[in-house]
Amino acid sequence: MARLQRKARLQHPAAWWLWGLGLATAASRTTNPVLLLLVIGVCLLVVDERHDPATVNPLPAFLAIGAVIVAFRVVMTALLGNGIVGETVVLTLPSVPLPDWAAGVRIGGTVTLESLLYAAYDALRLAAVLACLGAANALASPRRLLRYLPATLYDVGTAVVVGLTFAPQLLTDAREVRAARTLRGRDGRGLREMARLTVPVLETAFERSLGLAASMESRGYGRAVRSTTTSRRAATGLALAGLVGVLAGLYGLLDSSAGGVLGLPVLVLGALLAGSSLLVGASRDPRSGHRRDRWTWTETVTVVAGAVPAAVLVVGSVQGWEGIVPSQRAELPAVPLIAVLALLVAATPAWLSPRPREVAP
Amino acid sequence: MITFEHVSVQYADAPAPSLRDVTLQIPEGELVLVVGPTGSGKSTLLRTINGLVPHFSGGTLTGRVTVDGLDTAEHRPRDLATVVGLVEQNPSSTFVTDVVEDEVAYGMETMGLDSTTIRRRVEETLDLFGLTPLRARALRALSGGQQQRVAIAALFAAGPRVLVLDEPTSALDPVAAEEVLASLHRIVHDLGVTVVLAEHRLERVVHHADRVVLVDEGHVSELLDPAEAMLRSQIYPPVVGLSRLVGWSPTPLSIRDARRKAAALRDALGTSTPRPVADLRVTGPADAVIVDRLRVSRGGRIVLDGLDLAVARGSVTTLMGRNGAGKSTLLGAIAAQHRLVGGTVRVGAGGVDPHARSARERVRTVGLVPQQPELLLYADTVAAECTAADEDFGAAPGTARGLLDRISGGIDPAVHPRDLSEGQRLELALAVILSGSPEVLLLDEPTRGLDYGAKKRLGEMLTGLAAQGTTVLLATHDVELAAEVADRVVILADGEVVTDGPAREVLASSPAFAPQVTKVLLPQTWLTVAEVAGALARIA
Repeated sequence: MARLQRKARLQHPAAWWLWGLGLATAASRTTNPVLLLLVIGVCLLVVDERHDPATVNPLPAFLAIGAVIVAFRVVMTALLGNGIVGETVVLTLPSVPLPDWAAGVRIGGTVTLESLLYAAYDALRLAAVLACLGAANALASPRRLLRYLPATLYDVGTAVVVGLTFAPQLLTDAREVRAARTLRGRDGRGLREMARLTVPVLETAFERSLGLAASMESRGYGRAVRSTTTSRRAATGLALAGLVGVLAGLYGLLDSSAGGVLGLPVLVLGALLAGSSLLVGASRDPRSGHRRDRWTWTETVTVVAGAVPAAVLVVGSVQGWEGIVPSQRAELPAVPLIAVLALLVAATPAWLSPRPREVAP
Repeated sequence: MITFEHVSVQYADAPAPSLRDVTLQIPEGELVLVVGPTGSGKSTLLRTINGLVPHFSGGTLTGRVTVDGLDTAEHRPRDLATVVGLVEQNPSSTFVTDVVEDEVAYGMETMGLDSTTIRRRVEETLDLFGLTPLRARALRALSGGQQQRVAIAALFAAGPRVLVLDEPTSALDPVAAEEVLASLHRIVHDLGVTVVLAEHRLERVVHHADRVVLVDEGHVSELLDPAEAMLRSQIYPPVVGLSRLVGWSPTPLSIRDARRKAAALRDALGTSTPRPVADLRVTGPADAVIVDRLRVSRGGRIVLDGLDLAVARGSVTTLMGRNGAGKSTLLGAIAAQHRLVGGTVRVGAGGVDPHARSARERVRTVGLVPQQPELLLYADTVAAECTAADEDFGAAPGTARGLLDRISGGIDPAVHPRDLSEGQRLELALAVILSGSPEVLLLDEPTRGLDYGAKKRLGEMLTGLAAQGTTVLLATHDVELAAEVADRVVILADGEVVTDGPAREVLASSPAFAPQVTKVLLPQTWLTVAEVAGALARIA
């Protein structure tokens, strides 16, 4: 069968971000290390195959932050404990006697494998969610996503751009400032050094973000020629309400203790509100597109590929399948096959989506 | 086209207004050059045109600015975007997209042009600015000159009637600057766009200007004829300096006009004095910096490939070359900022390998002032910065402060370093680095944003340092600075040394890097106005 050579193009950024959110939802519902590592693997694979070559790949930075989180949690658990009582003692640290009023707290003492595993699994979950965000960032830069935000939501849009460019910029600037510090005879290590670096790094990144906002302003972003003040306010109000709804709903979904039943309706309501604000805004949007990204079947496939693991793991965690929340015993946790398959579905966009544009170095 | 009526601007917390009672009318289709020393209010004047001052910057504007009949008090910058395009000093921080073609289309998208029009204008603009081969390139991978051209093209594509540019050629090598100015010249002459630009490097732009506006401490002159303005201005390019010295009238602004008048001067210089003699600076053996088969790669690309260089003790050597030729990378490699792929670097009389030393030891041998001096500064006030520098380098208290007072023309110690002008920031960074009293001083593009006065002070200071035995290696596009201070000029291209020799020989023989005085007086090889003045004084 002759295969159609699809033209190299970037997928619609919304598709990749929905995919990333789906995968993040799935990751947030489990603490099974096998499943979580699988999520990270899927992110790495898809990013490796399909990331936008025109931007710096931010995934390694996100993974590094994740690794730091896991290490920090494990070390803190070893030192302070986390209330998990286990039988397998790994080592015994010299313990610091504390007065009675601090009865709930301990420093040092026995370190059990169970408590360490619990901390590691829990931190790994956060690392996996971060990996999903990093992957979405790498696959479709937030700036491209912003092009689809209606101009009526100008204020929200500028804030979002400043926010989204701030974090990646921070990493670049941190590297530059640290290099510059060595020119003053400091090698940029140690806590005091870190504290000193903070101010110039924040300042540089902030200045740059402001410069970008000024540039967008003077290049006509947010021109709402045909809209009236009332409709703009209505759209902004709807958008804010929708955003709050989406956030509350996501919180409900991500935090299983808050109850998924509470999460879903709020999320749907919020999404509806946000969606309608987009419609109200877009109907008066005078902007047009040069090579606007199209929404074709590959975009739909990508979104579905992200939604499948989310749905499966939400159902799994609500019904309490074995292995979704593994025991902390020193054994390989049971791995629900259907969850693994669902996560593998999320990897399919690595091949099904079109190859990204080629950018000369 | 642009009208200022009694415009004054006062920023909050500023002791004095930035602009005072400006009344000015700029007609359509003119290329207007704004001339003034650092911190005189040039940038503020430019930013009032599209309303960024005061809508975005804050501060109070009194009076009225109208552009094409639109009052900036009633129209926000985004509404003026169809009329005015503003190119900022540092274009890379203003890019909204990631790829050249998207960036060019961005402005038109926000204006809501239909997609066939956008497609057509993108092609036209890419052709007009010679960007077609770069259309699919990532913006962050472009050289400074290319980025500047993309920034201008992106604004021009949206079809504004007025283009405002803040220092468009400061960061560019002479050839790239010519390219940018040629495209500006074309849109002014063929398409009737009004262009307002501020620039410190007058030698590059003044002969392109139709009108000149002088700015000083917030006072703005009316529109002047360029030749007349150059007679009055306190800052002027070397060719005007030569004209003032010899008393040519009318003042020539271009090399061509000056050459027509220069025959008599050439005769006087040529017959009465022997060939100009270079000031012989006592330099030591060529071992202050020894670079051997250096290979450095950045971002997966080999930038320097097998580069050899030896610099004499106590000399001033200038690295020149196109944007992206590897000058900054070479300086960075010498200061151990970049890892080496191959080759060795030895610095100082002791033959120190900077890559094998800790940062603390390294700064005794080699000090680098980076292209963005603000990266070196992190304290709240200038005074605190100086104290911290003394601590960092283990210098006696007051060292940095003393250096700063010597270098600068007086900086208020209570000011935040980020509120300093670009030139003052450089002077502060230089004082910080010099408090480590390094044997070898590296400077990366030190003249960006410096007016002639600050540049002159910098030149004198470098000459003084070299006289005390410090070896200076600087990368710059500024041929006039090189003519003032350099003993030796090394030209890099694609990471290789293509020319290396005494400054006079190299500068005089290169069409791109010859200073203005040399161009006027060729075949004689005078480099600076001061040299000519000295020779004339000896004759008389």
